[in-house]
Amino acid sequence: MDKKDAIAIRLRDIKKIYKMGGQELAALNGINLDIKRGEFAALMGPSGSGKSTLMNILGCLDRPTVGSYELEGKEVAHLSDDELAVMRNKHIGFVFQNFNLLSRISSLENVALPLVYAGVGASERRKRAQEVLEAVGLGDRAEHLPNELSGGQRQRVAIARALVNNPEIIMADEPTGNLDTKSTKEIMEIFQEMHGRGKTIILVTHEPEIAVCANRQLLVRDGVITRDEGKGVVLDVV
Amino acid sequence: MAFTALYANKLRSLLTMLGIIIGVGAVIAMVSVGMGVRSNVQESIASLGSNMLIVSPGSSNRSGPRGAAGSKTTLKYEDAQAIESKVRNIDYVSPNASGNYQIVNGNQNWNTSVQGVTPGYMDIKSLSVQSGSFITQEQMNKRERVAVIGTTVAENLFGSENPVGKKIRVNNQPFRVIGLLESKGQSSMGQDQDDVVIIPLTTAQERVLGITYVNSISIQVSNAKYMDQVQEDVEILLRQRHKIVGGKEDDFHVRNLTSLMETMTQTTTMITLLLGSVAGISLVVGGIGIMNIMMVSVTERTREIGIRKALGATFNNIMMQFLIESVVIGVIGGIIGIFLGCGISSIIAKVGGFNTVITWAPIAVSFSFSVGIGLLFGILPARKAARLDPIEALRYE
Repeated sequence: MDKKDAIAIRLRDIKKIYKMGGQELAALNGINLDIKRGEFAALMGPSGSGKSTLMNILGCLDRPTVGSYELEGKEVAHLSDDELAVMRNKHIGFVFQNFNLLSRISSLENVALPLVYAGVGASERRKRAQEVLEAVGLGDRAEHLPNELSGGQRQRVAIARALVNNPEIIMADEPTGNLDTKSTKEIMEIFQEMHGRGKTIILVTHEPEIAVCANRQLLVRDGVITRDEGKGVVLDVV
Repeated sequence: MAFTALYANKLRSLLTMLGIIIGVGAVIAMVSVGMGVRSNVQESIASLGSNMLIVSPGSSNRSGPRGAAGSKTTLKYEDAQAIESKVRNIDYVSPNASGNYQIVNGNQNWNTSVQGVTPGYMDIKSLSVQSGSFITQEQMNKRERVAVIGTTVAENLFGSENPVGKKIRVNNQPFRVIGLLESKGQSSMGQDQDDVVIIPLTTAQERVLGITYVNSISIQVSNAKYMDQVQEDVEILLRQRHKIVGGKEDDFHVRNLTSLMETMTQTTTMITLLLGSVAGISLVVGGIGIMNIMMVSVTERTREIGIRKALGATFNNIMMQFLIESVVIGVIGGIIGIFLGCGISSIIAKVGGFNTVITWAPIAVSFSFSVGIGLLFGILPARKAARLDPIEALRYE
């Protein structure tokens, strides 16, 4: 199989309809989208456009009302909660705007958390978490609590956590929204590096200067994709 | 993981545990007090003589005004001898005839009960002699005027002097004191068991009381399981000897201290259960405390739950995390409660001055109860946590 053109994500006619006081409200109104392996896509759109809903469905946090979603060749649109949890654990790494680290446990333990739910043994967890922390340049901060770190460092811990179980896809929701310019630059460099190593990256942002780092820019408006630029610029997958 | 979470909220965890600690402690302390009361009662009944049957004469008249129970004169020393020789599984038989008399030593006098007994009386009543000796069979046969006296009598007639070998007058007849009984203290019925003068049965019948019958016959059965059989054999034998046939009423009664013991044991068991269940209620209240705090904890950690779920935690993962936390509260609280309960019961024993008995049963039951309560009352909050929608939970501030 030609890995380069393999499809990581395939959405077909995805609709998400919320019922509010008898009225039906379509947050997503027929999304069709293919994202190839190794693509770096930026998802943009004003608030209320359905961008977050799309992100939640892509991240297997939510299910579409109708439509088909194939993730790494597996239909996931109608899986149970626990099956979705397993998909998230295996295939997706999350990076959030507000880091979402657990404040009571060390950086290392935060990074190792996905491995706990993947059923990896304790010593193996520590070893792999330490490796990933070193890869993002925080090997010496392993025993620090998150609130002892700067914003940029916290986000790097979060990225290490997203990478630790070696998922194919990284979902980043406004990863630089709470960071200063210098940290933003550092974080975006890490994303570029991940992209270089063949990860599929989906980056939600509303800042055009961040979006240009990606190879493909998608614009969501009123529940549909209205613009799709730079399609097909993919680096070789190792 | 559970310990980290509990340690992060030290004060709150401790206060939650306090409910369980007090519950478990109270159960153990209360049950040990109850068991202590029971063993006290059993001891005092046993000191009356264990495995004892008492034969007493019936009332004197069958028609017209009836005399009091025991006023018949049909029970004889020979009946006692017959029982001893013919009924199996008997350790001792002790007939007894008694009356109240003035006892005099010089210018001191004392009014007390004079018991005419056989040598077997010492064993049947678990008596012992602190100085001198008890009545012998020879003294019985010779109707000797000898007496063994209790410590209360000795104090009143002799003060601190040793009475053994001294003369006393019983009903104006001279008696030689041959022994002083070991003090037995009060009986459970409030009688002073040391206020007694013991003389040979034959002497009592012929020289003091002037009667030919005995007031009662005490029988010590060799083993508790033969009680019913011996009681039946004694009744048959006495009916034969007294020539009572068919449906005619017995002229004697055979009473049984086991039934008294059973009643008392039942009563104290009830008391123990009552105390234990009152304490058990506090254990349940403690459990509700756990549930309450776990509910708060779930709400407070909504975001953490959201993060864990996003990273791949399943329903069961989250459920277990919170269940383990509440079970850990139950286990630690239970262990501390056991120490507290044991401590309290030993303090009660010291300060209250009576025995408390700590047994494994209430410890095991209340401990497993506290763990069970942690589990049971943890289920609801844990389910609440595990069911949270990850999107909602991540958005929670």
